[in-house]
Amino acid sequence: MAKMFEAAGSASAISGPPSSGEYLADRVFRGIAWGSAFLIILLTAYILWEIGREAVPAMGKYGLGFITGTTWNVNNNEFGVLPEIWGTLYSSLLALFLGGVFGIAIAIFLTQDFIHHRLATVFRTVIEMLAAIPSVVFGLWGIFVLIPLLKPGAEWLHEHFGWFPLFSTDLAGPGMAPAALVLAIMILPTVAAISVDAFRRIPYKVKEAAYGMGTTRWEAILKVMLPTASSGILAALVLGFGRALGETMALAMLIGNANQISLSLFSPASTLASLLASTFPEAGEIEVQALMYAALVLLVITFLVNVAGLAVQQYTIRKFEGKS
Amino acid sequence: MNASAAAAFVAEPYQTAGDVVIDCNVDKIFYGDFLAVRDSKVPIEKKKITGFIGPSGCGKSTVLRSLNRMNDLIPVFRFEGSVIYHGQDVYAKKVDPVVVRRYIGMVFQQPNPFSMSIYDNVAFGLKLNRYKGNVEEKVQKALERAALWKEVKDKLKNSGLSLSGGQQQRLCIARAIATDPDVLLMDEPCSALDPIATRQVEELMLELKQRYTVALVTHNMQQATRVADTTAFFSVDISAGGRTGYLVEMGPTRQIFQEPREKLTKDYISGQFS
Amino acid sequence: MSELELTMPEEEARPMPQLGRQAFEARALKSGLLTGLTWLAALIAAVPLFSVIYLLLIRGGTRLFSSDFVEIITGLPPAGFEPGGGIGPAIVGTLAMVGIGAVLSIPIGILAAIYLGVLEPRSKVANTSRFLAKVLTGFPSIMAGVFVYAVMVITWGYSAWAGGVALAVLMLRTVVLAAEEAMSQVPQRMKDAAYGMGCTRTQVIWKVVLPTGLPGILTGVLLAVAGAAGESAPLLFTALFSNYFISGLSEPTASLSILIFNFSGMPFPNQIELAWTASLVLVLLVLVFNILARLVGQPKV
Repeated sequence: MAKMFEAAGSASAISGPPSSGEYLADRVFRGIAWGSAFLIILLTAYILWEIGREAVPAMGKYGLGFITGTTWNVNNNEFGVLPEIWGTLYSSLLALFLGGVFGIAIAIFLTQDFIHHRLATVFRTVIEMLAAIPSVVFGLWGIFVLIPLLKPGAEWLHEHFGWFPLFSTDLAGPGMAPAALVLAIMILPTVAAISVDAFRRIPYKVKEAAYGMGTTRWEAILKVMLPTASSGILAALVLGFGRALGETMALAMLIGNANQISLSLFSPASTLASLLASTFPEAGEIEVQALMYAALVLLVITFLVNVAGLAVQQYTIRKFEGKS
Repeated sequence: MNASAAAAFVAEPYQTAGDVVIDCNVDKIFYGDFLAVRDSKVPIEKKKITGFIGPSGCGKSTVLRSLNRMNDLIPVFRFEGSVIYHGQDVYAKKVDPVVVRRYIGMVFQQPNPFSMSIYDNVAFGLKLNRYKGNVEEKVQKALERAALWKEVKDKLKNSGLSLSGGQQQRLCIARAIATDPDVLLMDEPCSALDPIATRQVEELMLELKQRYTVALVTHNMQQATRVADTTAFFSVDISAGGRTGYLVEMGPTRQIFQEPREKLTKDYISGQFS
Repeated sequence: MSELELTMPEEEARPMPQLGRQAFEARALKSGLLTGLTWLAALIAAVPLFSVIYLLLIRGGTRLFSSDFVEIITGLPPAGFEPGGGIGPAIVGTLAMVGIGAVLSIPIGILAAIYLGVLEPRSKVANTSRFLAKVLTGFPSIMAGVFVYAVMVITWGYSAWAGGVALAVLMLRTVVLAAEEAMSQVPQRMKDAAYGMGCTRTQVIWKVVLPTGLPGILTGVLLAVAGAAGESAPLLFTALFSNYFISGLSEPTASLSILIFNFSGMPFPNQIELAWTASLVLVLLVLVFNILARLVGQPKV
């Protein structure tokens, strides 16, 4: 290859082809880069396979009864995670409701010209700092600040509205309400960030059209901007939900780890993740197997929700790339 | 000219007076299924400036970029024909485009200095080719030839991106000529510049041709009259339903502009279409 | 000359539109209410952050910034009824495991990002890899712990290595996605210039793309480190915990996050205070990395 263009080489005394070392480095490097990208695929597959494999013994022993059973008794080898599945879904839905409303409100606040853009950057930083606080610290804060704060209110609600299923028990300490509240705080930045993106993606001409027709700011937001950004906001909610499902530490510290199913906001409960966190360290072999099964259930649920959320996000991006 | 006659039209081959450095023979250039250029034989003469002119979409940039295989970066690009450079077909199977581009330099439409210092930008090609001589000297010489030395000699450490548009483009020219390339390809180098900067780059081109062979694409006819020794005029063929570029006429610039052989050339020169 | 009739014929006069602002019109009222609610929502959302910071400073800071500072940073975690003590091993443990995680995930992450963002962005491997990295972002972090437990701990026991690997799995997704974003932002024309000069693809990456995209890559790395420092779930059953400084990387290791978790449930005020102190140290660490990430991320283009 070096012989090629010799005539050109003499015309330019400086230029020359890459050395064989450089060619080799090129091939090797590109191979390593490919390998690293492929490693991610392998890793994900390995994680799924390994957790599945560890869960197999328990799946064989308990079958689908695991998902419908409600007792977790190490001594009798009776394991069921229905309360945990209930707790996971209930807490995440509550968190989604609160975190979703606030997250979308903040996204509107940041993108629809409510404040000077420098202030908006500051506020955005505040929200990002919120996202940076580790889960355990929120748990600690929840125990010593939130629960004492909620107790009087919860007592009052329980006394006067105890007939209402949501207030049917007393808040003795940890429980669904503080857990769901902290969870909402933790997913709020996610929902806000993705919603902000969704709003930013709206082409300027749409905003022009709305204001050009004489809408007030809120009419424009509610009747035009929200509907246009709706699929992006849906993605934000689904992904926020996915985050809530997988959240572990703060829940383990705040939800009470009680193996029961209740609609009451003030009763202690348990989630799949908090079950893993609180029982794993002390678990014997039999219990570990059951926990692996629980992990698999959690994995499947979060995997499905996340894939759905990403699919909605992809759809949104394609929709706007096609339009504008 | 009726449609069927136009579809079959192929330009008369141009016989250069001097040596041909790049003998470009385009049979067909495809982007996927789209036929972008057909039947264009463009010999690039040594130490002359060959200008490519024509209306937008006529394929002049495509042909230029085919000379150093820059179009390879576009996945759906397909070249049928040959580009003979120093006896070798640049599109032969065993030819590495990386090597071709070492010998053929390119200046692009948008100035694109690297985000490094002015010095490092110009020295880039020298370091790439593992130049063992005095790099500083070469950098200075390149900047002098690009008419930029006086303006930047005290701020060689500044980022290349801190210069004005015209200066950035001259920096890109300096970068390209630092390695004394055999041929310099320039793809509408002045289109992003203001008139004063354009004038400076045009004067530069006239000096450059004393040392380098230049192939220049320009959408500005007057620029071709000012700078190019030879001019190749391309146009667009819409007879087959698509927009396929093709060479209409090639010859010494004076002949093309004062006594064009083809009616199409005459119409373009006189501004009937653009 | 007759006068031209210039007045308009009698017609029902059109009512003049009221162009002034109407504060009490229904639309305006509704708008004002919604705006007020939105402001309220924004302010409420900021409250938890400030509450947490306030508490960290009050309950963690008074202990940390007192005369016990050195003992806290270097001392061992106290047992139940003991006074004093410190979080030394936890600090070392966190740094060690985050370090292991970084060393493992950063090179692989950047290399993968090079493939995804520059070399073959549209290939099947790249698309699948990118998709899975995004899926992994939503992964419960405890799963990394479960995974590493199954793969490493069962065979080799609890160790800092296991904790580090679990953190690496979690850091990888952040590094890959951030680095890919940074490198695909490098303008095509800059890469064209490098190709035009006859660079091989590797040379284009090393000489142009990496240096130009470095701020974005560093941001991703720093954010990943910040996130890893705060993780606790994956460490629960990989590194476990220890009350002593580690002498090697193959033993159970303390960490700030697990210390907080363990101590928060204890009925001893000393422990609880240390939990707050450890939280303050941890949050400071995380915030410093976050701020660094922000500062570094100014692009060079």
